[in-house]
Amino acid sequence: MNSNIYALLGLGVAVSFIMALKGLSAPKTARRGNLIGAFGATIATIIVFFDPASKQHHNTLLIIGAIAFGVIVGVPAARKIQMTQMPQLVALFNGVGGGAAALVAIVEYLNLSAEGKPSTANLIATVFTVIVGSTSFSGSVITFLKLQELMTTRPVVFPAGRFVIAATLVGVLASGGWTIASGGNTPLLVMGLLSLLFGVLFVLPVGGADVPIVISLLNAFTGLTVAASGYVLESTLLIVAGTLVGASGTILTRKMAEAMGRSLFGTLFGAFTAKPQAASEAGEARPVKSGSPDDVAILLNYAQRVVIVPGFGLAVAQAQHTVRELADLLAEKGVEVAYGIHPVAGRMPGHMNVLLAEANVPYEQLVEMEEINPTFPQTDVVLVVGANDVVNPAAKTTPGCPIYGMPILDVASAGNVIFLKRSMRPGFAGIENDLLYDAKTTLLFGDAKDSLTKVVNALKAL
Amino acid sequence: MTTMAILTIFVLSVFVGFEVVSKVSTTLHTPLMSGANAIHGIILVGAILVADGATNTLETTLAIIAVVLATINMVGGFVVTDRMLEMFKGKGGKK
Repeated sequence: MNSNIYALLGLGVAVSFIMALKGLSAPKTARRGNLIGAFGATIATIIVFFDPASKQHHNTLLIIGAIAFGVIVGVPAARKIQMTQMPQLVALFNGVGGGAAALVAIVEYLNLSAEGKPSTANLIATVFTVIVGSTSFSGSVITFLKLQELMTTRPVVFPAGRFVIAATLVGVLASGGWTIASGGNTPLLVMGLLSLLFGVLFVLPVGGADVPIVISLLNAFTGLTVAASGYVLESTLLIVAGTLVGASGTILTRKMAEAMGRSLFGTLFGAFTAKPQAASEAGEARPVKSGSPDDVAILLNYAQRVVIVPGFGLAVAQAQHTVRELADLLAEKGVEVAYGIHPVAGRMPGHMNVLLAEANVPYEQLVEMEEINPTFPQTDVVLVVGANDVVNPAAKTTPGCPIYGMPILDVASAGNVIFLKRSMRPGFAGIENDLLYDAKTTLLFGDAKDSLTKVVNALKAL
Repeated sequence: MTTMAILTIFVLSVFVGFEVVSKVSTTLHTPLMSGANAIHGIILVGAILVADGATNTLETTLAIIAVVLATINMVGGFVVTDRMLEMFKGKGGKK
């Protein structure tokens, strides 16, 4: 292929990525934006086989086979995944991307080293890519395990943890310096392994509720590694695309942190600085008021205004349709119903909107936190379905607790609060919720869907 | 390509990256992150380039693993983003 045409097509692909990101930031154009990006990426993948700069084609068939294999693995995973499990899938995709970038840098390094020591600039870019790519890979695997609840979602802090992490980081940087100074494979191997370890240690102390921010940050990191490997491979497209993701990912991470009322620093290092949790008499049996479905139905029936606060538990129980049935029933009885959506309800910003949209809940009934909070004093009953952390007053009252500073739905100011919960188990952030013990709170234990069905039947019988 | 040219491209891309997402609504944080995630799957291009030039077994093996991983990242990323956005279909714009 003529090198000018090749470069022009590459430019077109870069533009398509800019349009994709632009499109993705507005609801109307989001889907089209994503498709434009996918189209651009497809073009890029096809034309690279005709790159005029690469004269040898050693493994074309093998490569095509590998791509086919990747598609066979990736597409069904993306298609079949439950919407509730989507955050961990995104984390995993990000991790393999980081791993791929690190491998690309390593191969190119081996290749260049065969012809003598690569230039210092190249070495720096390689070292950067391998360190950050490996960190992103192992860090993403840990976030996946946390979100999938294959391991504890609480911050994992071990004695002298911060010194171990600091020492690992020093080791990573030192072996990086060693690689740049001397070349050779041993330093690179040491550096790669230490970076993998660092990724694990870096994510372990992050509490479950903050994991989405970490995914977003690692996403931005992976973008930068792609840009750095673009430098080594002399590919403008990789530089532009990687930098775009790095920059937009950084902004996105900051916005997410803001939506959760957290500073980025606090998120990442909070577990080290936080005092051992002010265990708010946790564990001790405190009296709670638990009610029957009939009690709940009566409360709801005589309310003027009801706000439903859906959380991750609702999605897990697949109770979206039942909750909608309940809302419709109440509306028939003349009760004003709205849904209060916390920006990070679910596992990620905007996750709950996706989940409820899947269940065809009318968009107009979804009210965002800033708008619904002032209305709670005029609300008779708040029905909290499978949510906990997003209504936990500890975020306001207990400095030092993992969610302190996160804006919450102010349900405590409503007349009555009903919690539908599976158990007294704390939420994803692992913190007790004092609201559960409040006098105006009624608890209805059980699977969200079962409970809702019983409440609906009780309401119909009234 | 000269270092200055690369630096220029890099800095301009940073600003474009900042600019394009500056007005995103909270509702779209997750899809946008997922879409950006798919875009860095473009490392597939790099993986193909190094796999094409790989001359020994070690290089080829590592490069082919990179191709598989990058493909999963890119293709899976775009598909899952599309699935998320499908949910918003026909629900009208924000508010």
